[in-house]
Parts: sequence; C-alpha cells; structure tokens
Amino acid sequence: MPSDYAYVGLFLLFGVLFVLFVFILSRLIAPYKPNPVKKENYECGEVPIGQGWIQFNVRYYLYAIIFVIFDVEVVFLFPWAVVYRSLGFFAFIEMLIFIAILLFGLIYVWKKGALKWV
Amino acid sequence: MENGILALVFYIFSGIIVGSGIMVVTLKNIFHSALFLVLCLFSVAGIYILLSAEFVAAVQVLIYVGAITVLMIFAIMLTAQLYSTSVRQSNEQVIPGIIIVVTLLVVTLVALSRTSWRVVSQGIEGQTTISIGKALLTTYVLPFEVVSLVLIAALIGAIIIARKE
Repeated sequence: MPSDYAYVGLFLLFGVLFVLFVFILSRLIAPYKPNPVKKENYECGEVPIGQGWIQFNVRYYLYAIIFVIFDVEVVFLFPWAVVYRSLGFFAFIEMLIFIAILLFGLIYVWKKGALKWV
Repeated sequence: MENGILALVFYIFSGIIVGSGIMVVTLKNIFHSALFLVLCLFSVAGIYILLSAEFVAAVQVLIYVGAITVLMIFAIMLTAQLYSTSVRQSNEQVIPGIIIVVTLLVVTLVALSRTSWRVVSQGIEGQTTISIGKALLTTYVLPFEVVSLVLIAALIGAIIIARKE
C-alpha cells in the first residue's frame, strides 16, 4: 500500500530539508574569505598533483561490472527475505543453492586474478 | 483526503522527474547530467510505490539508481580528455534530438488517446512483494535457480571480454 510509505516519504523529506538547512546555515554564519591555498583540492593534506578531473584507470570498470552482477543478485534476495518466515527451511535451501552457484562465479573471478590490481 | 495526498505526491514526483530529465539533457557538465539522471530514476521509483508496485520500485532503485548509473558514471570518469578545453561541452545534435522527441511524443499521445483502457473495479490489495516472493520460491523455483546461471554467464562473459585487452 502506498500509504505505508508515508514514513519513508517523511524521512526523505526530512533528509532533504536537513541537508538544505545545514548548507544555508553554514552560508549564513561561516565567514567567507577565500585564498588560493584554501581553494586548492584536498588531497590528504599534501600539495595536489594535477587536477581532480582526470581520466581514471580503465581497470575500475571491471569492478563496476562485477558489482552490477551481484547487485542483480540482491534484487532476488529482497522477495526472498519478505517470504522467508512463511516458507521456512525450504526457502533457505533454495537461496543457498542460488548463492552457491553465484559463489562459483566469484571463485572464477578470483582464480582468474580479475580482482588483483596488476 | 487520501486520494488528494496521493495526487499531490504524484505531481511532486512527476515534477522532479520532468525537471531532472530536462537538466540531464541541458547541463553542460556530463557528470552533473549523470547525477540528475540518478534523481530522475529515483523519482520514478516513487511513482512505482504510488502504484503499489513495491518490488518494481526496489528493482528500480537497486538496478537503475544503483547499477546502471554506476556504470554510466564509471564510463564518464574513464573517458579520456572529457574535460579538456579542446572538447566542446555542448550538445551538437539538438535539432535531430528535438525531431525524435516530438515524433515520439505525438505517437505516444495518439496511441494513448486511441486505446480504450480497461479499468479494474478493485485496486491491488495487500503487499505485492509477498506474492512475488511466494511465486518465485514455489511455482517458479527452476527459473529462479536458472537466473543465477544467467548471472554467472554474464559475469564470466564480462571477465573474458575485459581480460583480452
């Protein structure tokens, strides 16, 4: 029922308003005196090398794809978690098989060395 | 009273969807476009909640807001020279884009107005996720387990393609 989500909506609204409030408050009460050192990118306290907008290493994309696969897995965990209590042990075995099959995928990725940064 | 609130929430979400959609296609910084796309897709999940489709809303948040936009943002960040001054940061396909969008709008409007919609007298009762979960784990167990094989095939395929280079 959509009305069950009234609290979620309230939570969302409060979250957005809180962030806006904090930003406006800091704009109002914080002094604003910029200088080149203050406006520099923060890089763990070091003097930054180059710009923030750089081309990232293509290797990251592989991690993103692996993330997407396991994200789709989570989609199936959701209805399973909702009916878990009513179906009991049967549902547990089913999900165990489901995750075990995907675990082979993770082992394959691991053995292939795709998780290693070469 | 409740219908009024639901209508109000619908219009708020629709406004956010249309507004952020316009921002996606008009902003100069493609990274900002991707972030507005997140807002747009997230508001679509709100519309699904209004339609009592909780599972679809959860899928929308997990897959579209979570996975698809992560891939897009990664693709943007991995693009070479995206922010160099030699690349023009504007859409050069405005006119073909407008033609396609207007055609799509006209076709959709014609199709919507010519279809006689069947109205169900009773709305969806209870929580739809429970019925989906039960069907998935009892009647459709085999397709459910096969899904993990499909996922594993996608994973292995992605690794093989990515490792070649």
